[in-house]
Amino acid sequence: MADCQETLNELERYLDSELSDTRVAEIIGHLKGCTDCQGAYEFHAELRTVIKTKAQNEELPDGFLDRLRDCLGDDVLGSN
Amino acid sequence: MGARENFTNDAMQYAPQLFATALRMTRNRADAEDLVQETFLKGWRAFESYQEGTNLRAWLFRIMTNTFINKYNAQQRRPQESELDEVEELFLFRRMGAFDQSKMSQSAEDQMLELFTDDEVKNAIEELPETFRIPVLLSDVEGFSYKEIAEMLEVPIGTVMSRLHRGRKAMQKMLYEYAKERGLVDEALLDPQD
Repeated sequence: MADCQETLNELERYLDSELSDTRVAEIIGHLKGCTDCQGAYEFHAELRTVIKTKAQNEELPDGFLDRLRDCLGDDVLGSN
Repeated sequence: MGARENFTNDAMQYAPQLFATALRMTRNRADAEDLVQETFLKGWRAFESYQEGTNLRAWLFRIMTNTFINKYNAQQRRPQESELDEVEELFLFRRMGAFDQSKMSQSAEDQMLELFTDDEVKNAIEELPETFRIPVLLSDVEGFSYKEIAEMLEVPIGTVMSRLHRGRKAMQKMLYEYAKERGLVDEALLDPQD
């Protein structure tokens, strides 16, 4: 089982899904019994979701996909 | 021709994600569109070297990242250590007590969503120096693994991890400053022992 310091140190890698299965089990074991670390985990997981959602929320310029297809089409013609 | 048709159709589904990330990289809509077009053209021309079954999405992001770095001469290999201030661990989490509850909604999940606007999140990413911004984009926004990002940037995995760690902390500090500017924070509420 991991302690608080280890858990907080590895929180980022845990959220990034970069820990081994064994280590994940140890972190989860700690989180279950520690409300402070559980709070820190939930906070960072939520923050991650908010950043991802908001950073991806982007409207494409008008006609973007058509121009993209067109530029590939021109390339084919140009190479003939 | 058939295989190339497939490339266009398969690649096209990633165009919106590529555009959003290109926009965070270039910070300009016209440049972002150019960058995505260049990425598609390079992908199209290098299609022979693309092996069916490999991850098309990662391949396209790799081309785009390399194109951006080369075109804009983004400093990747020699980050200046002084580029980012050192920020303490768990910076934002430790300061959540300073957020004025009366100005926020009741549910914890909605709070975080409302706390920072779309523009604030985008600005916080865009304000990061490129050395840190690119790994943060590829990980936090696009969800690539450390290994994939290390391959895209041609740096060791340990470098990716340390840039992510420092970049994320710097971003948290910026988000906190934005909230402060909007009057959401009362630092008198912070526990002096923290």
